[in-house]
Amino acid sequence: MMKTNNLILQTATKILLFVIVLFSIYMFFAGHYEPGGGFIGGLMTSGAIVLLLIAYDIKTVSKALPFDYKKVVGVGLLFATGTAAGGLLFGKPLLTHWFTYVDLPLLGKTSLHTAVLFDIGVYLVVIGTTMTIIQTIGESE
Amino acid sequence: MNSLIVLPLLIPLFTGTILIFFAKNTLTQRWISAAGSILMIIVSLWLAATVYNEGIQTMNLGNWEAPFGITLVSDMLSALLVVTTSLIGFVCLLYSFRYIEKEREEHFYYPVFFFLLLGINGAFTTGDIFNLFVFFEVMLMSSYVLLVLGGTKIQLRETIKYLLVNVIASALFVIAVGYLYSVVGSLNMAHISVRLAEMGQSGIITVIAVLFLIVFGAKGALFPLYFWLPGSYYAPPAPVLAMFGALLTKVGIYSIARTYTLLFNQDVGFTHGLLEVLAILTIIVGVIGAIAFSDIKKIIIYNIIVAVGVILFGVATFTQESLAGSIFYIIHDMNIKAALFLLIGIVIKITGTSDMTKMGGLIHRFPALAWTFFIAAAALAGIPPLSGFPGKVLIISSGFANGNYWGAAVVLLSSLFVLFSAMKIFMNVFWGKPETYANQEKVPVKWLLASPAILTVFAVLFGFGTEALYPVIMNAAETLSNPEIYINAVLKE
Repeated sequence: MMKTNNLILQTATKILLFVIVLFSIYMFFAGHYEPGGGFIGGLMTSGAIVLLLIAYDIKTVSKALPFDYKKVVGVGLLFATGTAAGGLLFGKPLLTHWFTYVDLPLLGKTSLHTAVLFDIGVYLVVIGTTMTIIQTIGESE
Repeated sequence: MNSLIVLPLLIPLFTGTILIFFAKNTLTQRWISAAGSILMIIVSLWLAATVYNEGIQTMNLGNWEAPFGITLVSDMLSALLVVTTSLIGFVCLLYSFRYIEKEREEHFYYPVFFFLLLGINGAFTTGDIFNLFVFFEVMLMSSYVLLVLGGTKIQLRETIKYLLVNVIASALFVIAVGYLYSVVGSLNMAHISVRLAEMGQSGIITVIAVLFLIVFGAKGALFPLYFWLPGSYYAPPAPVLAMFGALLTKVGIYSIARTYTLLFNQDVGFTHGLLEVLAILTIIVGVIGAIAFSDIKKIIIYNIIVAVGVILFGVATFTQESLAGSIFYIIHDMNIKAALFLLIGIVIKITGTSDMTKMGGLIHRFPALAWTFFIAAAALAGIPPLSGFPGKVLIISSGFANGNYWGAAVVLLSSLFVLFSAMKIFMNVFWGKPETYANQEKVPVKWLLASPAILTVFAVLFGFGTEALYPVIMNAAETLSNPEIYINAVLKE
């Protein structure tokens, strides 16, 4: 492939990456009570990684983020199914969630919800799937 | 509340997930998958026993009350199908250990295999029409992977066809569910049934019923939507073919049986009349294919289509007796189709071809293989006292009792042609002058034969044990023919 001068893209990516990832984490925690959640959070994070892939190349990115994305899918599935099945241990049906409110310093009244654990699973599965697809297509070229 | 009902779904999900981490270690994968599928058999048998003794089991997911949340419902029919699925899953898995190449094993064959089982068991267990769609998708996604895994030319070509047909059918499925929801305002099947009974017969419901028939007909290979099946099922290796042939089309048939007994039972003259005509045409088309080809895979594949017709003819007749016949026959057919596909898989591995005119004399070298095939073929045709017989007797006799002489006669005659097609394989492949094949020493015939032999033994036991199984099957048929039992169990009124 022709070598292009993408200094601007690379410099901008270094800053934008953190903005996008931070925003995706914000969207992730906004979920459940407001629009957001694991799915779009995961998509956004993988969007950030894709930007990195465009600005640099697959080798550099896989050196910086040495994950086997197929296993990320596995970990995500374990989180999601584990949370779903957790209710069974307490004699409740599958997918029953539990939550409480606690007072945290700085944050104030915060709700702790098992749905977050489930959402972490969704988040990881989405990142894993998207990145596996993109890497597979990218590597074959 | 009993959490047993959800275990046949959770076990394959967990097993499949754990297997992802051991993708490169085939030996570990085999042990984990064998353990997972044995656990599935135990749990599903336990579930079936519980359903038989204590009645229909339900679980409201997420603790949301019945018509509002998603409900899993396990009545006798779904429990029996889950048992059969788990058994066939285990047997196909054993067979895969020595049949599937290492490349396939390393590329997520086993995890996807378990996700397929999850989808099938889920479709049999769910009591929510939209959730049925979701489990259909889980099942189809896994089947796409299993179909294309290996990447040979024929696989790629057939996967595109299979994908197109199923994507279109799935889109229609969602549309049909949308129509139904806009009419009755509920997705819980028991609740839909109550609402439909309150509304009485009307044109729009008949339209929706036919739309569902098109959707499930495309998945279950009903005439005229069977066209994709002979090509697509021809492509994958034998254990995958056995899973597809034994289980996937049966999910479509189960869905027709469920919706046409529980939901669309108002305008029976039209909807079930249409189903009956289509079932008979399906049988005729399947029989023509089965006797026309000289390729052993194709012959057995067309026999799937014959069975689809026979089972749905029983559903269309819509009496308790005919439904019992259909249930007998669907379980028999899942079992025996898996056995036959696994058997011809061994034959293909030995001879290196699937054209039976190029084979001959295998009985001299492999007598056990030949006689297992003979028994399985006889069971397929429904020769008493083997397993195909009780189902067919009930279907045909209730067909005659309802004055449907032509349909019952077609079912009766079809058995003759099925027997002819199976015996044609037996005579061409196993009789005749023994030939030597390059691969015949390398194939682990003893190990591979164990799987279909287990299923054939079940076919024999199923035939001889009909008397013992009769109350269980009648229990299942009673729930199908009296929707009130199902509704009361789900809505607890």
